Amino acid sequence: MGETMEAPVASAMRTDAPPAIRLEGVNKWFGALHVLRDINMTVATGERVVVCGPSGSGKSTMIRCINRLEQHQEGRIVVDNIELSDDLRSLDAIRREVGMVFQSFNLFPHLTVLENCTLAPIWVRRMPKKEAEALAMEYLERVRIPEQAAKYPGQLSGGQQQRVAIARALCMKPKIMLFDEPTSALDPEMIKEVLDTMVMLAGTGMTMICVTHEMGFARQVADRVVFMDRGEIVESGEPEAIFSNPQTDRLKLFLSQILRGH
Amino acid sequence: MSDIAAGGVPAPAPGAASRRAPIITTGPVAWVRANLFNNWLSTAVTLLLAYLIVRWTLGFIDWAFVNAVWSVPIVNGQAQTAACREIKGVGACWAVVTEKHRFILFGTYPFDEHWRPALVCLLFVALYVVSAMRRFWSWVLVPIWIGTLTLIGVLMWGGILGLTYVPQERWGGLPITLILATFGLAFAFPLAVLVALGRRSRLPAIKMLCILYVELIRGVPLISLLFMASVMFPLFLPEGMNIDKLLRAQVAMILFAAAYLAEVVRGGLQALPKGQYEAADALGLSYWQKTGFIILPQALRLVIPPLVNTFIGFFKDTSLVLIIGIFDLLTAGKTAIVEPAWQGFGVEVYVTIGVIYLVFCFAMSKYSQDLERDLNAHRRR
Amino acid sequence: MSSSATDPRLAGAGPPKRPLRLSWSDERVRGIVWQVLVVGIVLFIGWWLWSNTVHNLEVRRIATGFGFLDREAGLPIGESLIPYEPTDTYLTALTVGVLNTLKVAIIGIVLATILGTVVGIARLSKNWLLSKIAGFYVEVIRDLPLLLQLLFWYTILQALPGPRQAINPIEGVFLSNRGMKLPFIEWTAAHWWALLAMVAGIGLTVLYARVMRARQYADGQPRKVWPAAIALILGLPLAVWAAFGAPFTPDIPALRGFNFRGGITVSPEFFALLIGLVTYTAGFIAEVVRAGILSVSQGQWEAAEALGMRRGEILRKIVMPQALRVIIPPLTSNYLNLTKNSSLAVAIGYQDIVSIANTTLNQTGQAIEGIAIIMLVYLTISLSISLFMNWYNSKIALVER
Repeated sequence: MGETMEAPVASAMRTDAPPAIRLEGVNKWFGALHVLRDINMTVATGERVVVCGPSGSGKSTMIRCINRLEQHQEGRIVVDNIELSDDLRSLDAIRREVGMVFQSFNLFPHLTVLENCTLAPIWVRRMPKKEAEALAMEYLERVRIPEQAAKYPGQLSGGQQQRVAIARALCMKPKIMLFDEPTSALDPEMIKEVLDTMVMLAGTGMTMICVTHEMGFARQVADRVVFMDRGEIVESGEPEAIFSNPQTDRLKLFLSQILRGH
Repeated sequence: MSDIAAGGVPAPAPGAASRRAPIITTGPVAWVRANLFNNWLSTAVTLLLAYLIVRWTLGFIDWAFVNAVWSVPIVNGQAQTAACREIKGVGACWAVVTEKHRFILFGTYPFDEHWRPALVCLLFVALYVVSAMRRFWSWVLVPIWIGTLTLIGVLMWGGILGLTYVPQERWGGLPITLILATFGLAFAFPLAVLVALGRRSRLPAIKMLCILYVELIRGVPLISLLFMASVMFPLFLPEGMNIDKLLRAQVAMILFAAAYLAEVVRGGLQALPKGQYEAADALGLSYWQKTGFIILPQALRLVIPPLVNTFIGFFKDTSLVLIIGIFDLLTAGKTAIVEPAWQGFGVEVYVTIGVIYLVFCFAMSKYSQDLERDLNAHRRR
Repeated sequence: MSSSATDPRLAGAGPPKRPLRLSWSDERVRGIVWQVLVVGIVLFIGWWLWSNTVHNLEVRRIATGFGFLDREAGLPIGESLIPYEPTDTYLTALTVGVLNTLKVAIIGIVLATILGTVVGIARLSKNWLLSKIAGFYVEVIRDLPLLLQLLFWYTILQALPGPRQAINPIEGVFLSNRGMKLPFIEWTAAHWWALLAMVAGIGLTVLYARVMRARQYADGQPRKVWPAAIALILGLPLAVWAAFGAPFTPDIPALRGFNFRGGITVSPEFFALLIGLVTYTAGFIAEVVRAGILSVSQGQWEAAEALGMRRGEILRKIVMPQALRVIIPPLTSNYLNLTKNSSLAVAIGYQDIVSIANTTLNQTGQAIEGIAIIMLVYLTISLSISLFMNWYNSKIALVER
């Protein structure tokens, strides 16, 4: 996709502000399977992190722990200065600040595109309907599909659906966006339109964590690339360092497989 | 795309130790806590249910075993049921089943010939078992069915091979239930396939006829069809021609089952991808070749689980012939307690009959569930 | 996807008509021949049966036509929603039967839906014991013939003691082999008005909820609807009832001689039929509900959770609307089945339409008309339910590419 190197997007990372996300010694098990092993990671406000790694390495589980779609069993996760706990109020607060885009879109098939985007602002953010609709149209325009607003998700192509999903998450005006392999379920010609939207979003200074195998995208926008394998963070660093100078055999093997695949 | 775990199993990586999950998340204690005492509501539900189960189970054991009467003395051919009357309400009178089980199972079939209907029941069960085995799913089944059903007819009627002749009026009990269900399905199924094909036909008149048939039958209760068979059907036939009641009821059951089965089969025909029809057409197959070689084998396979569910429903529905006085298992049970000595012991008889139905239906539904899982596993690959 | 009005592909007048060739190799000729053949055979069989019937009716001197409907029925009916005497006509008797069928069907549908939904959700419960018990119930109840269950319940109800030794679980409730006696109040005009007020209250609540929704859309602030709903649905009827002087004369059943006086009666026949139909159908509805809820993918829950919605809200706004689409069609057929199964009433002596039509045809000998009436009644009920449900279903269908 991104063989020709596109202009990198300027970073909006602020090291002076408190970190947006902090994971300290996070552990998680599925039954007896140890899926996250002592994860330590800090994401600064405005930082854009790309997480990569082989399937089953725990990338998705990690970012799903950040908005508590999965519960970790040990360690601390602090998002926007709020620690994740069993307290429902902290959960509500965090979910309002963290938007998420899924691999399989997960649009609500019984609602129109516009209703998909306005549902949460109206019922969670308690926004007047008109305002919510105006906001939704603004974001639909940003992802360049305002003309589809009255249609149902089933009537759209995969790429369009994923762009709606991004708009839907943005309508909550989140401070942080999580992307869980947003392009993996798409046909090649549709990947670009979704990546373009994400690059556009990166330009606005949004804090982003993105699980993806799109290395072109990582080169273009990431401040940092994190490589995970078998439930732990193996390497992390600037994209250039990670891609051209991998330190571990596992990363080397992974990169060779990824490049062969493209 | 990125399957890097070449070995498949994620072995622990060197350098970082994979720890066991903390004990609070695994093990039997954790299981009990997660599944029975998750929160206060769950705990309350568990305790309440456990209390009720223990109480009812103890009560049932008292009634069915501890206080039960298993046999009563017979004086001059009259059962002396005083012992049963004494424990009524606190204990079961299984004596009614002990005494009447031959009647309930085989009706008024001559007592000395009861081995014949018993053998027939076994033959039916064997036929079901063979049909359920997937390696027999081919045209082999057709001669097997024809052969077994003929043998069953010979055994029931007799009159040849040294067997005494038993008129149909004396048949009764379980064989009647199995005959109604099995013959019903054997004839309803081909009819259902034809009707389902007709309903998807491009010929408007044939399509209309099939729709009319299916919707009319499905719109009315089975009882009205049985009434039709018992009181109206004789009027339909030319004078002098008479068909016995069992056969008339059987025809009504066939027409009834075929309408429901046709809808299931139609579901399979619709679920089959259009490409299969197009591929068959492209090969130049005729309509019947296409249907017989390509469409039906696949479409029927798709709908085996709902088909089996329809079979179960139909098997239970055969009990409705009680209302027009045909002597099936349920009617035999109901008749067994008409005798003054046994009046009032219906619960014991109905529980016994219920167990018989349950065994048949449960076997079928378990089979259907297993089959569904197998077929789905096959498809998911 | 191009929707240009000047699309040249839309300009033409359609393909030219192909002339019909009178040859077996013409597909359309074949089609016509097949249809003529099949329709001809069906018509011939129909005509043959019809002529036999006409002949038989003549020979046996059986009257035809529906003239008997105006004659005196002379058949006693135990329970009836409208005033009925054996001296009334067959038409009245049959109407009573239809009403009795509708009564047990409607009450049965409501109760079976409630029980079935509870059991279906219980099967999905995280509580292992609860889900296993629900599963056991569903499996066993569906594997026993309904008729057997009805006979079983009826036997149990008949085995209850007589009125003098009636079981008296709560004050005013008596269970005996004559059925169940429940206390009631003396129903006056005031109660009708109060009932009317409750219906109006429900209507007003719906209206109020809409207005409040509109206001929320305007300024974003959610508003509580339930206080007003309670006031309208419960307060309004109470106020109306009080305005009429709050008449309240309890009508408690009491033993007088060999039977009860007062209260309302649930006959053992109706009770057995209702228990049987409800428990049986609930087993099927439970499976429908379970499948419906399972059909909504986990991703829908996750997406809504990620947007910060609460569980109750997700269930109401995301999951239920989608699950209902899957639930409604099989639920409809279960409702139809319950209605048709209520015809088994004839086996335990509850006088529904089948039972009364059956007696009618035995008395008059007019089998064809009697069965035609039964079929017509059920076809009408079936057709109206499925027409309504088809309309509802198409209204909520998902729009797809």
